[in-house]
Amino acid sequence: MPALFRRVAEKDRKTIHLFVDGHEIEAREGDTLLVALLTRTDRLRHNEFDASPRAGFCLMGACQDCWVWTEAGEQLRACSTTAQSGMRITTTEVPWLINR
Amino acid sequence: MVDQPVIVIGAGPAGTRAAQRLVQAGLRPVVIDENDRQGGQIYRRQPENFRRPAEKLYGTEAAKATALHTDFETLRPHIDYRPGTTVWGVSETGLMTVRASTVDVVPFSRVIIAAGATDRIMPVPGWTTPGTYSLGAAQIALKAQACAIGGRPVFMGTGPLLYLVAWQYLRAGATPAAVLDTSSLTTRLRGLRGMASRARVVANGVRYMADLARAGVKLHAGITPLAIESSNSHVSAVTWRDTKGALRQVACDAVGMGYGLRSETQLADLLKCEFMFDPCFQQWRPHVDRNGRTTRPDVYLAGDGALLRGADAAEAAGQLAACAVLHDTGHTIDQHETAGLHETLAVMNRFGRGLAQAFPWPAHLAASLPDDTVVCRCENITAGEIRRAAGELDAPEMNRAKALTRPGMGRCQGRMCGLAAAEILAAAREVPVREVGRLRTAAPIKPLPLNCTVKS
Amino acid sequence: MMAYPTQRMQADVIIVGGGFMGAATAFFLRQQGLSVILLERDLVGQAASGVNFGNVRRQSRFLGQLPLSNRSRDIWVRLPELIGEDVEFVMSGHILVTTHEKDGARLEKYAVDCKPYGLDLTIMTGDQARARFPMVGPDIRTVSYSPLDGHANPRLAAPAFGRAARRAGARIIENTTVTAITKSTEDFIVETTTGQSYQAPLLQVSSGAWGRAMAARFGEDIPFSANGPQMGVTEPVPYRIEPVIGSSSSVPEEGVYLRQVKRGNIVFGGGLRSVANLETRRAPIDPLNTMRQMSHLANLVPEMARLRIIRTWSGVEGYVGDNLPIMGPSGKVAGLFYAFGFCGHGFQLGPGVGATMAELIATGKTDIPLEAFDIKRFGS
Repeated sequence: MPALFRRVAEKDRKTIHLFVDGHEIEAREGDTLLVALLTRTDRLRHNEFDASPRAGFCLMGACQDCWVWTEAGEQLRACSTTAQSGMRITTTEVPWLINR
Repeated sequence: MVDQPVIVIGAGPAGTRAAQRLVQAGLRPVVIDENDRQGGQIYRRQPENFRRPAEKLYGTEAAKATALHTDFETLRPHIDYRPGTTVWGVSETGLMTVRASTVDVVPFSRVIIAAGATDRIMPVPGWTTPGTYSLGAAQIALKAQACAIGGRPVFMGTGPLLYLVAWQYLRAGATPAAVLDTSSLTTRLRGLRGMASRARVVANGVRYMADLARAGVKLHAGITPLAIESSNSHVSAVTWRDTKGALRQVACDAVGMGYGLRSETQLADLLKCEFMFDPCFQQWRPHVDRNGRTTRPDVYLAGDGALLRGADAAEAAGQLAACAVLHDTGHTIDQHETAGLHETLAVMNRFGRGLAQAFPWPAHLAASLPDDTVVCRCENITAGEIRRAAGELDAPEMNRAKALTRPGMGRCQGRMCGLAAAEILAAAREVPVREVGRLRTAAPIKPLPLNCTVKS
Repeated sequence: MMAYPTQRMQADVIIVGGGFMGAATAFFLRQQGLSVILLERDLVGQAASGVNFGNVRRQSRFLGQLPLSNRSRDIWVRLPELIGEDVEFVMSGHILVTTHEKDGARLEKYAVDCKPYGLDLTIMTGDQARARFPMVGPDIRTVSYSPLDGHANPRLAAPAFGRAARRAGARIIENTTVTAITKSTEDFIVETTTGQSYQAPLLQVSSGAWGRAMAARFGEDIPFSANGPQMGVTEPVPYRIEPVIGSSSSVPEEGVYLRQVKRGNIVFGGGLRSVANLETRRAPIDPLNTMRQMSHLANLVPEMARLRIIRTWSGVEGYVGDNLPIMGPSGKVAGLFYAFGFCGHGFQLGPGVGATMAELIATGKTDIPLEAFDIKRFGS
């Protein structure tokens, strides 16, 4: 999957690993979740009404278009959450009342 | 009973200087900061394990940024600093804050709101395509995360930030594919008189443009945006019309867009401050006197959240709002201090008006947005749906339009689409935009987890 | 200085107040062939009609209200054809849930008592309910299920009736405040802030929480209060909660309710109410009430706890002392009718109230029993 963001500096930080839709990705310590994902992938979520991919917009906690779900059903605003090693993010499905 | 504290909301240039002035007078304010680190957006800090020097991050403003950061560190022992904390509502007894899932009710005697601003957005077909960001976002990516939004971005919109961000990208090695400005060269000249009050700032802007041109970046003026094109859900090009009406296109892999700023006014609204329509910036904002007093005696405003004048003005306005609080609570304030600040702000006001003239909000674009263009990106509401509210459903103002066809009904509460939606509604109703009003604020002003508990 | 009187606008009926009741009455009066002028101070459906929960529920109503409620339901199910607009009515079913034993016993008794009125409810144990509605929490005990109830969008319903009434020939006049109503020997004369006056032999007051003041001017005062429901909505998530779910707790703070709309958002409300201000026409939403609702909502649907609230609101609702509306003819003035004060449970009734009032105004009678709602019940 092509990445949206490119790192232009600060590339020698410690590596961390997280999971996006089941695939392991590499990121850097100090990355926001948004940057961790978008330097490896091209979307964070899908709009609820037309399922179109979204990848954030304002990066300052205003547009609310970068909320991602963890596999466990927790929600994180990707632009203002620091990525942590081992996080498991899902961009494709909302883990909500799936055991009905 | 102990007096309730003075609260400062926001820790950018305005909030920091306000807190500093209160501390100087012997107060211990509560400073509530939504960000994890002080600095606000323009002087936003990078994470602690990043190594770039201030000059790299803030360019010509490095000294100011560093001063603001170090002054704040000096303040830390004298204030009750609450980072990572969002004020989401107002109750009878205080401000409702949330950090993670803990809600606190923070009582106050006075509150200074320095909530800043976000980019002012005019939608364009394709603007929800991944790879499209606000100008502010493009800058934050670079500044706070050392990332470019793409390898060959287009910057589109209007205002000085357009050229600053493009220049920063050029320097970072992500050479812009083009800079597309809706303001024509003649329009810019019209604003020059007001802008001349701050020659240094103008000179910087001219330098950015010259550097960009020298590097071969095409700077187009007076353009009409048509669409952000995509292939496989990726930004692939921007199409626009030039001043002669010719169709133009430039290939790119990202877009940064913005048309000046809009104030974050939700908290002033929840606190029931009166609003007015500002003809200069063509948007509604809380009524403030020159010291930052609102129509509510215990609420003060400072910075871009009150008047869009930029970071330097925000520092002065923050100090001034603190002086107003101190004066109103029985402290003696040296007249020379406030006179000096008023003088500084008078220059900023002239400059701000000049900027608004030189880089006007392109309201006219709203009328020609195709019906199928998404305007409200949260709820996926199109321009056509807003026009249906205006026509068939007869909504005379924004809240009615929102009730009937949902623009501004989503998570962001109209921050991104509200001003453009108002222009679309006004154009469809053939009335001036002030007559369609503004979206009322509803708590929580940012999404609030349902598993919150109130701190006891 | 005397201004020349503008020509008075005349009709068979004037309706004062364009909430759901007024708009629906205007629509059905046109079906009865009467000419109608509806005067609305703001825009149609902006107060209680537009801010309520959107419950289209019959169960747990006062038994004497069920004939009216049944009539309303029969109209709800044919609404798009009737008024030409979709107001997002879904017959999703409605469940009332309990966590206390005595509340369960009350539901069981009600299910027996409402049967003669044509309302069929299914009583379930907590486990039966969880098997049928797996989103329901482990603390839920007795549940009463009403399969033919549902919900609709209150922001759309009253304005849609207003437009339908206009299309049918009613004169819907918005942004016009009534300043005085006088009765000559024959007709009501209604003066307004625009200077225009209106005249009709018949008049309906359906001005919601502001109805009490109007009735009082005709010498008919009632015990009344104006309150604000405490509403909220979550972000959208996949549509997986079909029925409306309401707590039937006798503890007021626990009495929350929720519904998921097809777009995915979960609308909720209930518990305590705020005190509304009739002058500013606003009712506060107390964020501490929002906080109180959280744990009670999680008792109904535990998985809600991990969602986020994106908006809360309130609005002005009129409550009569005995929690029943004022509906029917005036006890003092011939030709005057009332339909207001629906105590936060009027949304489902809206179409039925419109049809019944139109029938009563046009023909002087209706088969729907209205004695319990007669304003004379408070007469000295």
